[in-house]
Amino acid sequence: MNRIPADLIPRRLRQLDTMLRIRYFEERIDKLFAMGKLGGTCHLCIGQEAAAVGVTEHLKPGDKVVSSHRGHGHLIAMGGNLEKLFAELMEKETGYCRGRGGTQHLCDAAIGFMGTNGITGGGIPVGTGLGLAAKLDGRGEIAVSFFGDGAANQGTFHESLNVASVWKLPVVFVCENNLYAMSTPIARTTAVQDIAVRAASYGMPGLIADGNDIHDVEEKAGTAVKHCRSGSGPVLLEIKTYRHKGHSKSDARAYRTKEEERVWQENDCILKLTRKLKEMGYGKKVEEIDLRVHQIIAQAEAAAASAPSADINRVAQGVRA
Amino acid sequence: MTPVLSCREAIRETLAARMSGEPRMFLMGEDIGLYGGAFGVTRGLIDRFPGQIIETPISENSFVGIALGASMGGYRPVVEIMFMDFVTLAMDQIVNHAAKMHYMYAGQITTPLVIRMACGGGRGYGASHSQSLEGWFVQVPGLVVLYPSTPEDMKGLLNSALDENSPVIFLENKMLYDTKGPVSSEDFRIPIGQARVTGAGDDLTIVTYGRMAYLSQEVREILGNFGISVEVIDLRSLKPLDHECIVASVEKTGRLAIVTEASPLAGVGAEIAALAAEKCFDYLRAPIFRSSLPDIPIPAATSLEKAIFPDAPGLVENLIDFFFTP
Repeated sequence: MNRIPADLIPRRLRQLDTMLRIRYFEERIDKLFAMGKLGGTCHLCIGQEAAAVGVTEHLKPGDKVVSSHRGHGHLIAMGGNLEKLFAELMEKETGYCRGRGGTQHLCDAAIGFMGTNGITGGGIPVGTGLGLAAKLDGRGEIAVSFFGDGAANQGTFHESLNVASVWKLPVVFVCENNLYAMSTPIARTTAVQDIAVRAASYGMPGLIADGNDIHDVEEKAGTAVKHCRSGSGPVLLEIKTYRHKGHSKSDARAYRTKEEERVWQENDCILKLTRKLKEMGYGKKVEEIDLRVHQIIAQAEAAAASAPSADINRVAQGVRA
Repeated sequence: MTPVLSCREAIRETLAARMSGEPRMFLMGEDIGLYGGAFGVTRGLIDRFPGQIIETPISENSFVGIALGASMGGYRPVVEIMFMDFVTLAMDQIVNHAAKMHYMYAGQITTPLVIRMACGGGRGYGASHSQSLEGWFVQVPGLVVLYPSTPEDMKGLLNSALDENSPVIFLENKMLYDTKGPVSSEDFRIPIGQARVTGAGDDLTIVTYGRMAYLSQEVREILGNFGISVEVIDLRSLKPLDHECIVASVEKTGRLAIVTEASPLAGVGAEIAALAAEKCFDYLRAPIFRSSLPDIPIPAATSLEKAIFPDAPGLVENLIDFFFTP
């Protein structure tokens, strides 16, 4: 990672704060599951924080985001409410979706976060449709669709990129390539190892960013977003990244080597940034942020834990709008 | 003098009237522009509403999902699936997304999406272009499923569908597009979930929908000549279902026949039979009769297809044997 220009230091510190919120939230969820305190499953994005933070850096009010099953980071990066997020996973009435959605069907419509999604590739057409709405609205707003390398083989990826290109929709298609679709390595499922290459098939620009470098993600995402806002059509942005943990909570990760994990983890986006900041003399600031984020996470968790449970008596309401 | 329109015209004029008043409403589908749609329903609309007709590539799953996304972004899309059989390609977006998002996201968004489909057999198009798959959709919570059979019902129910904030599956039997009927030029609605008694009677209830509603009317007339008074209920709305109408009729007549052109297994017909067995047990004077297609793919040869669909004389004979022969 290159030296951070002085005028970008405040931004990088803010981004570190956000990445740590994601990291410490995810680690806490991981712990709560291990303790048997949460039901269902979860798909943690530990290691992929820069993808969420670098892309959402460029969003304005009115922009929309659709996410995948691994979406806590996207929601937190957009300014999601940690207490409501904890509460949803804790099956509380105060959760984002009153316990009805859980981790895979989260939504914060007020900030434009239009949902995590339980179907691989299922959010891509929805994000494309939000891009259509943005284009029809004519206010220069965009849509971002986050998905993984696995989804890049789903029909919806191909269909949506094609339609978005033909209709020149303002959509940034963000593929977080973490090299594994659940347990299956990309080399065994995908005809091209750089997903960005597929952009050419659909007549749009394809960019690749290093998911361990917040500067690179931010810069490439900035180019993509600018392209969309100018009315030039969609962009495919591939972010090379890695998830530290398994696909879901019940994953022994036998399909990855310890060596591969070690190399990625020791060079992850948070470590690289904090190392550089410390090198440049901001060690104290980093510690302050670290401490504060831990406190914020703990407070949010405590507040969520004390809320009432999801209301069984109203479970059948709200099916038909 | 009430205007007489075909089902096709009733749908087209309703879409046009609504698009005039609602710039955020648009139509989306294959060949719906200059071509006017595979069944001519949208003919001419692209000239009247150039900005509100969006022709798509052949990508059913994604264009339904795109319409869904646009509906979450404040628009009211009406998607046309050319043949109901092709909806299989879009099932994920309809079932896992459109139907469920309002509930899963605890009401934070609405998904006002109407998906129109041409269904049913009788044209010799073969097994992949002739199906009646409504039984699948009534099993999905969060969907509204409508299947009008007359031009007037098409207009009234389509208007209601376009007021609805939940996704609506709107079924149009392809053999009925040319069928004419009176349609009030007023701006009217037919309530969702309300069946229509198309002919009152005391001896036998026939519950039906779609093209079979016309067959049932024919059967009613013939049986009337035999002194058997038949009450025909055209459901019009499959989800929600008009339980009260069905139950009231079966309690009155004590005899229930269900006539559909869907699979004999586990569909709307089976649901009505179960409903009657549960709610009308003490009133039933005979077992419940069901007429449907056989459990085979619909053959393409027009002669074979004709042979597997019921006709009025055959159905009359079966009903007399079943209910009125000791």
